[in-house]
Amino acid sequence: MALTGVLRPGHVALRVLEIEPALKHYANVLGMIETARDDQGRVFLKAWDEHDHHSVVLREADEAGMDYMGWKVDSPETLRKLAVDIEHSGLCSDLGWVPAGEHPETGERFRFTIPTGHVMELYAERTVVGNNCGTDGPELNPAPWPDGMKGIAPHRFDHCLLYGDDLDGTVKLFCEVLGFGVAEQVMAGPDNGFMIGAFLSCSNKAHDVAFIRQPVKGKFHHASFLLGSWEQVLKAGDILSRNRVSVDIGPTRHGITRGETIYFFDPSGNRNEVFAGGYAYYPDKPVITWTEAELGPAIFYHDRKLNERFLSVFT
Amino acid sequence: MSGQVRLHQVGIPDTGESFCCPADMAVLEAMERASCKGIPVGCRNGGCGACKVQVRSGEYVRRKMSRAVLSPAEAAEGLALACRIYPLSDLQVTAVNPDAIAASVRKDVPNGFGSVAASVCTQPDEEK
Repeated sequence: MALTGVLRPGHVALRVLEIEPALKHYANVLGMIETARDDQGRVFLKAWDEHDHHSVVLREADEAGMDYMGWKVDSPETLRKLAVDIEHSGLCSDLGWVPAGEHPETGERFRFTIPTGHVMELYAERTVVGNNCGTDGPELNPAPWPDGMKGIAPHRFDHCLLYGDDLDGTVKLFCEVLGFGVAEQVMAGPDNGFMIGAFLSCSNKAHDVAFIRQPVKGKFHHASFLLGSWEQVLKAGDILSRNRVSVDIGPTRHGITRGETIYFFDPSGNRNEVFAGGYAYYPDKPVITWTEAELGPAIFYHDRKLNERFLSVFT
Repeated sequence: MSGQVRLHQVGIPDTGESFCCPADMAVLEAMERASCKGIPVGCRNGGCGACKVQVRSGEYVRRKMSRAVLSPAEAAEGLALACRIYPLSDLQVTAVNPDAIAASVRKDVPNGFGSVAASVCTQPDEEK
């Protein structure tokens, strides 16, 4: 196969202040499907079009924010190889293995903390439960979408945007150790030689994760979920307003990745995005550069300026 | 349910603003509905800390707030997130970081992503 190594973002584990309002948001408004709860009170959910058992993990805690993000790799052999490579890189701390079954229906995970302070995990195995579209059996003669979808109902958990200080170290790790490429970058400084934002891809997507340089460790800006069209982004805005969800900005368009977007907050203040569009990334695509003078349209192409909340509000 | 929700007056002495807040509405939501600006608006859900206020007077009910942005010690000193408090009486509140949204990243991040915000903000930078 051509797409190897790290395949995609597999899960994001979020801390929420109160589990019930969070569940109403993620299940009824965003429209994820609950697939499991465990004896720690964690709730596991998947988007309708995801085949693996879960992609979002919610845990009630005293603080909002992200516990960790997980990446699915193509095989147990790749998992072991990348664990060795990460250790040899010297770029990460707190390396260790999480045993199989700690997440339901999931094999062992290799956990590490990256230079920007975020906890990341790699795993190779998770039970396939399918997308419930098959008409004559799983994956057999499928319908284009299943019955009974709720809320916004995105196809999948797509990416995260994260804030941290050592952007150079994290970009080096993702590109030189984990096989990602830089799809787009935001450059500042006298000769536009100082990277302040990096949009990284391990696949055909315009980004699988993005990092922005801020003097913080391990902060969470948003988790994003994929929709199929601009009209669905607009409808998401309708659903958010109908449910009195706190909207940050949108619907609008990003310059970076060209995505059509709306941002909003879950009941604990963790930012979510649903988006559509973008382009196909290939490893030989020239890197797109945005300069700081054009940061406004880079982030919000129509307004051509940032809303301050986008920069300064994170969990 | 009596069908009648008590109304309370919330004042922000620093800006001279005041607005009406029903007992079942968060102070920040009431402020936004009244088009007042005295408290910065962030996530509106207790997670980001932008709307942190010192409650100068009055009684209120609190919902859970993220400890990452409001420590138990701060809460004991009468600090709270305006998005998660509900008035039981008239209140006087003061925003802890009135420039939280506009300035938090600008002042502290030379060459950071947020430093660029200075170029699009209409308010001049205040140096300490």
